Amino acid sequence: MKFSIYRFNPETDAAPYMQDFELSDDRLNEDMMLLDALLLLKAEDETLGFRRSCGEGVCGSDGMNINGRNGLACITPLLGLGSSVTINPMPGLPVVRDLIVDMEQFYKQYRGVRPYLINKDPEPEVEHLQSPAQRDRLDGLYECILCGCCTTSCPSFWWNPDKFLGPAALLQSWRFLADSRDQATDERLANLDGPFKLFRCHTIMNCVEICPKGLNPTRAIGNIKELMVKRSL
Amino acid sequence: MNIPRRQFDTLIIGAGGGGLRAALQLSQADAHVAVVSKVFPTRSHTVAAQGGVNAALANVRPDSWHWHMFDTVKGSDYLGDQDAIEYMCRAAPKAVYELEHFGVPFSRLDNGTIYQRQFGGQSMHFGGEQAARTCAAADRTGHAILHSLYQQNIRAKTHFFDEYFAIDLLHNAEGSILGALVLNIATGEKLVIEARTTLLATGGAGQIFRTNTNALINTGDGMAMALRAGIPLQDMEFFQFHPTGIAGKGMLLSEGARGEGGYLVNADGERFMERYAPHARDLASRDVVSRAIVTEVREGRGCGPNKDHVLLKLDHLDSALIRKRLPAIRDTVLTFAGVDLCDTPAPVFPTAHYTMGGIPTNRFGEVVAPIEHGPEERIPGLYAAGECACVSVHGSNRLGGNSLLDIIVFGRAAGNQIIEYLGENRYHQTLDDDCLEPALQRLARWEQPGEGESVDGLRRELTQTMEDHCGVFRTAEVLNEGVDKMLGLQQRMVDVRLRDHSQVFNTARIEALELENLMDVAVATMLSAQQREESRGAHSRIDFPERDDVNWLRHSLYHKASNSVDYKPVRTKPLTVDSFPPKPRSY
Repeated sequence: MKFSIYRFNPETDAAPYMQDFELSDDRLNEDMMLLDALLLLKAEDETLGFRRSCGEGVCGSDGMNINGRNGLACITPLLGLGSSVTINPMPGLPVVRDLIVDMEQFYKQYRGVRPYLINKDPEPEVEHLQSPAQRDRLDGLYECILCGCCTTSCPSFWWNPDKFLGPAALLQSWRFLADSRDQATDERLANLDGPFKLFRCHTIMNCVEICPKGLNPTRAIGNIKELMVKRSL
Repeated sequence: MNIPRRQFDTLIIGAGGGGLRAALQLSQADAHVAVVSKVFPTRSHTVAAQGGVNAALANVRPDSWHWHMFDTVKGSDYLGDQDAIEYMCRAAPKAVYELEHFGVPFSRLDNGTIYQRQFGGQSMHFGGEQAARTCAAADRTGHAILHSLYQQNIRAKTHFFDEYFAIDLLHNAEGSILGALVLNIATGEKLVIEARTTLLATGGAGQIFRTNTNALINTGDGMAMALRAGIPLQDMEFFQFHPTGIAGKGMLLSEGARGEGGYLVNADGERFMERYAPHARDLASRDVVSRAIVTEVREGRGCGPNKDHVLLKLDHLDSALIRKRLPAIRDTVLTFAGVDLCDTPAPVFPTAHYTMGGIPTNRFGEVVAPIEHGPEERIPGLYAAGECACVSVHGSNRLGGNSLLDIIVFGRAAGNQIIEYLGENRYHQTLDDDCLEPALQRLARWEQPGEGESVDGLRRELTQTMEDHCGVFRTAEVLNEGVDKMLGLQQRMVDVRLRDHSQVFNTARIEALELENLMDVAVATMLSAQQREESRGAHSRIDFPERDDVNWLRHSLYHKASNSVDYKPVRTKPLTVDSFPPKPRSY
């Protein structure tokens, strides 16, 4: 199997380039994930840089662009990639080295939606009550692993990375708006006001298409817009 | 020396649940906290915890912290320290309610309270009927807790050093810990973080075993830092093998799968746990279930063409329940075993999972070691919490659902203890440049040019050796050979060379530093296992099949300098209640 991988080390390379690698079939098996192949390649060329940790799609470290699509290497089966695969860093963020991007802008957007429960009542001695139906509203929202695959595949983010909050952050914004325990709805909506932070979403839906966890940021954004309209009436 | 310095009240190394819980406690008390993590905080391995966190909330069935304490002492095979266990079980309900207040999206019961499921080793009335004590957010409880704790730390304005690798603790001649030398992974620049207090919260060391449920980052960094600072590691022979990792691959399938009604079958389709644990069956303690599976396979009743695993069966359950309560493990099985748990059983085998041993601490999170006056003297300024620490609440076998509890209870306790220390010790001690020398040498060693062994090659041999010689069942012969092999591998470390000496995000350098840590922790584990001539909890000696409370009801302490093991007594006296004396352990 052939691998064409984006390489760039700012200390030594004037410009990025694609490097070809190959792994013979006897070193691969049908159960392998792309991360397994990358680890084999790194054992041979330790200069190859990429992030990885859990190896099972829950930590969100190894987002990358695989044959033109963002995804997590650890849960991308080699079998589905054909005989050659092209791997690039996730688009739209500065490259630090090889497949490693600088995610600060992405994290800043996340922090920008105040991604924490705000409840202003005195703390009860026990848990806040929440019905199963109320809790169900958080399904499909809290599971986000902050891998960045959605935001970095969003053309609105590419165009306005500093002004549009992007699908991942907005999904989290809705996660708290949808939480029956949260009491900061007005502040949260006011914080999203204006033409860019929320409204740059043009429902292109790349985020939904690629989310490795099967989440739906576009729907969450739609819900926020709807709530804003309701509140303004 | 031109290394920049930053000063904080507290340095926390590790941003998993333990580190973040402590950080939150400190930030909310207006302490100036730096959290150093080699990965972005939500990538820490707490994120992978599935089934839940134990607390006697009694939302589903009657419960009491005292029953929880009994189960934990029994589960530990009486090696757990009963003062710490009482503290943890009493603190559990409040700690879980706090998590809920932080925003953790726990699953809910019809009356709106937190959902609790059955887990292994749990009972009502001191060994009676099965309890339901494990508070769950579907099967993503660790994810839910880690993200909520990180979120609250954002709110509390905790200072994060993301993707910084801790090289070593810094201490003065008197032995006070004064911070750490850390490496900015993105730039390769060194930084000295001076701190009046330092908390190690670096997690476990599952990567010493070839097949494990752990993230690749779980390399025992804090444990090895402690060893290099002259602090021993406690009870390292007790390594938990989780009964249900996906066979041959290791991905974790939560005990929650059995808690929700799943069970194990062998090649004959027999529900074999009934023979090993007639009462608790599939919800016996993890050590018991893991030994049963290995025994079934050894005796020829394994499944599959190689008869090398058993099956975890859930297909008799309502598929709506599986989708609701176990969505993530269903996904994991689909992805890695290619089957749907709703209609097909999954192949499973015991897989290295959890480091019961670690840096010795008391129940306040203070690191304690034998120095001059007894086995438990405090190391000034140094704290540890979570999997890297050994309080010891897990003893020789941890109960499922007690690890998330450990990190939130003792992360919080360490935070509170640090706040007290900061009040009494208002000023930073002087940190001379000389104190940096050992840590700098550790880094400089990897700048040596030339050919040599590769990091990857030696790591593979290490993990294979641990798997072959320090598994579920052990004998003197296998362990002696294992010790020889490990010492041989350790000697070869000097010949390992990096080829990549670049500065910018050099992951090869990080892996080399991690290999050094793995090596120290693996040697500690193998040697401690060789020395303990009894079977207790997760440490099963075929040549010493019985527990021996006369000679071995004591904690091991492995010392790096002498490469030897000595011992200290178990704290069998709880805080307020009567001790649970050792009894034969059956489920």
